[in-house]
Amino acid sequence: MDLDKETVASVAKLCRIEIQEQDLTPMAQELSNILSWIEQLREVDVSSCEPLSSVVEAELKMRDDTVMDGDLAEDVVGNAPDSTNNYFLVPKVIE
Amino acid sequence: MVEVKNFVQGETGEWEVIIGLEVHAQVASQSKLFSGASAKFGGEPNSQVSLVDAGMPGMLPVINQYCVEQAVRTGLALGAEINLVSIFDRKNYFYPDLPQGYQISQYSDPIVGRGDLLVEVDSGYTRKIGITRLHLEQDAGKSMHDQHPNKTFVDLNRSGIALMEIVTEPDLRSAEEAGAFMAKLRAILRYVGTCDGNMEEGSMRCDANVSVRRPGEPYGTRCEIKNLNSIRFLMRAIDYESGRQVRLIEAGGSIDQETRLFNPDLGETKSMRSKEDSHDYRYFPDPDLLPLRLDSDWVAGLRERLPELPDAKAERFVKHYELTEYDAGVLTSETERATYFEEVAKGRDSKQVANWVIGELLGRLNREGISIERSKVGAAGFGKLLDLISQGVVSNSLAKKVLDEMFSTGEEAAVIVERKGFSQVSDEKQIEKYVQKVLDENLEKVEEFKNGKDKLLGFFVGQVMKLTGGKANPQMVNKILRDLLSK
Repeated sequence: MDLDKETVASVAKLCRIEIQEQDLTPMAQELSNILSWIEQLREVDVSSCEPLSSVVEAELKMRDDTVMDGDLAEDVVGNAPDSTNNYFLVPKVIE
Repeated sequence: MVEVKNFVQGETGEWEVIIGLEVHAQVASQSKLFSGASAKFGGEPNSQVSLVDAGMPGMLPVINQYCVEQAVRTGLALGAEINLVSIFDRKNYFYPDLPQGYQISQYSDPIVGRGDLLVEVDSGYTRKIGITRLHLEQDAGKSMHDQHPNKTFVDLNRSGIALMEIVTEPDLRSAEEAGAFMAKLRAILRYVGTCDGNMEEGSMRCDANVSVRRPGEPYGTRCEIKNLNSIRFLMRAIDYESGRQVRLIEAGGSIDQETRLFNPDLGETKSMRSKEDSHDYRYFPDPDLLPLRLDSDWVAGLRERLPELPDAKAERFVKHYELTEYDAGVLTSETERATYFEEVAKGRDSKQVANWVIGELLGRLNREGISIERSKVGAAGFGKLLDLISQGVVSNSLAKKVLDEMFSTGEEAAVIVERKGFSQVSDEKQIEKYVQKVLDENLEKVEEFKNGKDKLLGFFVGQVMKLTGGKANPQMVNKILRDLLSK
């Protein structure tokens, strides 16, 4: 599978990764190589297999509905570059 | 079921409006879907946030069994398929109120599949609306943009709260139908107790997908109106949006598939995101969570223990209490109303009880904006007032005044009747005196009556009631009047 520069740029944007114009072409080449390598898996016939969503042979553990966490607002905002009255402050975002 | 055509008239002919809804209903749980922080409304900023909800590295989600159970019970109440295996996926996007960088949701394999909901529309017909699916997902935090000129405030208390997203087929054809659907869905959620249905607090909100087409043609391009938090706004937004699309197409334009926001002050929808920014969520199974497997016996047990639902209850009210379908519908639209009615109706005339609950009590509650469970007049006290009427202690019209008093003070009916001297006069001798007085003062009319002017009986009754301040027992007044006049 061949990725073009534009696709790489848009994936980078979705992932919020900054990428320089001159790096787009080599990156497209690298990603295309990785994808073609993985594409070899398509040669295996999986038509008789259920899709796999976990490789662990275990049951999903559940918890009871009780409040036993929270009440640590100072810790929650502790690492934030900017906060006030335990709110996170971020540059204004309006879509 | 009657096929109802709901077309809107444009400049160049008729158009059909096609609507599908995505409803977000908050699970009425104590704690969040994947963490033990409180899910209560209105806490101090970030006080109901665990390190899982804050998206701290190394934190792992552990699912809340109660939330799973409520999603299944809701699915059962909607007559939907329950999927015994479902999968949690990551929906990836960046926004400051989503600290994980992804929302845990269900994409390809939701917990609940196809179902149906019968919706009674006010215009007097019923429509069956397809439910596409119901899945569990996390709510995001809350951003406030109006606190500071160039900063956004973020509170993560909502982050991670369990939501049920309920998606309908594009089966709705008008704002009225969409409003009726939401009201019915809300009633069912409240009946089974899986969501409190409180739209002001955001426990229930919806997105509407709206498109228009010429009758019989394929679907047009749809626009999604986001985050409608009241039934009234939903209906207004649909009316505006369908009108906008018809005008645009008739003027030779075309509809762009886009997300729009409804502005309730202007009554308009406005484009929210441009197409080039359109989201690619890159869903994939969340590696932190195993597939959710349900035991079929457990599901069967939940089905058995489901409470009686609105449609079944209304049907029983019609049969058992001999109510009209309309009255039964009003009384069963909320579970608290139905319980109240049944408590009062125990051992009493059910039609009288229905009339008084619907006509008098609900009217007063609506005017004051109070819910029936907060009413100062409890079912027991209301029943005692009705007993006073049927025992002839107080007349119908004075009983309404007593109810007014009970409604504002919460006092017992008998106490109010006593204090205000509202007791009905049922003493024959005493009433006879009043009747005689009225007849003596209206000799001419008595003569006319005797000459065949029957209608005057009502006049005499009115005079007696006026004389007694409405306290004379009307049946006795009637009887005594007839006796004296026939002499």
